[in-house]
Amino acid sequence: METARRPIEVEGLTMKYGPLVVMQDLSFQVERGEIFVIMGGSGSGKSTLLKHLIGLKKPAAGTILFDGEDFGEADERARKAILRRIGVLYQNGALWSGMTLAENVALPLEEYTSLDAEAIGEVVALKLALVGLRGFEAFYPAEISGGMRKRAALARATAVDPEVLFFDEPSSGLDPITASRLDDLILQLRDSFGTTIVVVSHDLASIFKIADRALFLDIERKTMTALGKPSELRDDPPTPEVRRFLTRSSGGDSPAPDPERMRVPLP
Amino acid sequence: MRIELSQQGDTLTAHLSGDWESGLPVPRFERLLDDRAPGHPVRVIDFDASELGAWDSSLLTFLMQAMTYCEVHDLEFRDEHLPEDVARLLRLSRAVPEKKIDREEPEASPVARFGKRVLVAQGSFLAAVTFTGEVTDGFVRLALRRVRMRWRDFWVVVQANTSGALPIVTLIAFLIGVIIAFLGAVVLRRFGAGYYVSYLVGYGMLREMGALMTGIIMAGRTGAGFAAELGSMKITEEIDAYRTLGISPVDHLVLPRMLGLFVAMPLLTLYADFVGIMGGMIVALALLDLSAAQFVGGLLTAVTLGDGLLGLFKGVVYGLIIGLAGCMKGMQAGADAGAVGRAATSAVVMGITLIVAANAVIDWLAVLLGV
Repeated sequence: METARRPIEVEGLTMKYGPLVVMQDLSFQVERGEIFVIMGGSGSGKSTLLKHLIGLKKPAAGTILFDGEDFGEADERARKAILRRIGVLYQNGALWSGMTLAENVALPLEEYTSLDAEAIGEVVALKLALVGLRGFEAFYPAEISGGMRKRAALARATAVDPEVLFFDEPSSGLDPITASRLDDLILQLRDSFGTTIVVVSHDLASIFKIADRALFLDIERKTMTALGKPSELRDDPPTPEVRRFLTRSSGGDSPAPDPERMRVPLP
Repeated sequence: MRIELSQQGDTLTAHLSGDWESGLPVPRFERLLDDRAPGHPVRVIDFDASELGAWDSSLLTFLMQAMTYCEVHDLEFRDEHLPEDVARLLRLSRAVPEKKIDREEPEASPVARFGKRVLVAQGSFLAAVTFTGEVTDGFVRLALRRVRMRWRDFWVVVQANTSGALPIVTLIAFLIGVIIAFLGAVVLRRFGAGYYVSYLVGYGMLREMGALMTGIIMAGRTGAGFAAELGSMKITEEIDAYRTLGISPVDHLVLPRMLGLFVAMPLLTLYADFVGIMGGMIVALALLDLSAAQFVGGLLTAVTLGDGLLGLFKGVVYGLIIGLAGCMKGMQAGADAGAVGRAATSAVVMGITLIVAANAVIDWLAVLLGV
């Protein structure tokens, strides 16, 4: 494996939904071992970009290179080799509801390794323990909370030690404390395993905490308008939209309405 | 809730009084203006809220109408005499300019509409062929032992579609046997051929009705279930999770289900045949002067093993049809809750349609081949 290559290189990417252009002219590289955040408002195409990066959607134009290999052009065998090296954490976990947590984590191991059942059981126990779910092997996804489900999904996504991990809105639906713990887990994964991590998020607290670099998708201009360290982008924003996004202001002409004064008087 | 209008020069003042609360009908602003006696043209709309009581969204709704009216007719809308809270909310509602989103598709000519439909039909036909191909490919790899299928899913499907389906199949098959025997008893007795009712019941159940009724029941029960199950897995991204782990969802989800039905359907068909013939026999014994021995004797001389095997073969084919339709509609489902319902519905429709069509084709071939 070449280590000189960047894990992800995107060149001139255009994404479409049917005839509708979602984003165009996206070009960026993700460096090995960094935490790269894709940010943007709701509906800006963050999740669509993620779907392109993990090969669920094909680019309308442009290329996505994974370690120098074109995902779109790859044949079945090459695709599978690429997929083995990535892990995806879906927004709501996407754990297979018909299987226990242990079976969920074990399936990628059965698929990609030749370990026997006992060895797989040990790896599963380790992966669940790493995300703080020791002893939850026999639980079904419906029996645990949303935060636990995300952590279990993280155990599944990291089961075969992927080089690149993708997170779709990791903090959505979680309370601030749980979300922050998940951020810690993401940082730890990067620091201990050197995993490259790509995160789709619009949670500012999380972005400032974890991101090495962030990409901003501008819904009006239908392309990326900023790429850099979030704190620097906030202090020196390239466009007003980036400033508004990173400082959480609504940007209307009038000052933000005072909620206390807005309340409709009760009779 | 009262409004009185008064006019001074080109300024029309609306005096609002009383309590404006939800639940009461909101007066239409434009109707008020239309009902007014014609007079001096109005340039400015002003409000007097000095006697206004309690208010909520109904007042705002009314004022929004007024604002829109003023915008359309180029009048000045004066909000300075409205309560400060009201004026602020009105300004807030106008803070973000209205977005004109053209969601209406331009009117297409009949030719274009026809073309579009053909393209859609072509797309779904191609999708169906592709899916069938994927499944066939999966079965081939399964036979070559290159797929690791989840056998537990397979057994769950077999269990749900054999013992789990017995009550409904018993009821329907029994009644179908009874109905055939009734028809036979009435018609055949006229010709003094009541003895042949066992032939009719046996031949009808074994060759046609056993497999057909089981197929229709299972299309509604299991086909819809598969579609809903896989459709919701699609919504929760569980299917995407298979894909991005490089695991074929067809191998893991579709093969065990189809194979389960492949095994369960002939078993159920056999059972339905038996129950149907029992039902027919009870009617024959009750309505015609036949003994059980005569009925069974007549049955055994008339029907052949071939009739039974043809029914079982049909059962296998229907099982594959139900499994394929259910899984395909589930995997192709859209991404909202309604889509799961539509997937289940169309799985049943497609399943039953294909079953009846397959029945006709198989019968025709059976005649040609002399089975």
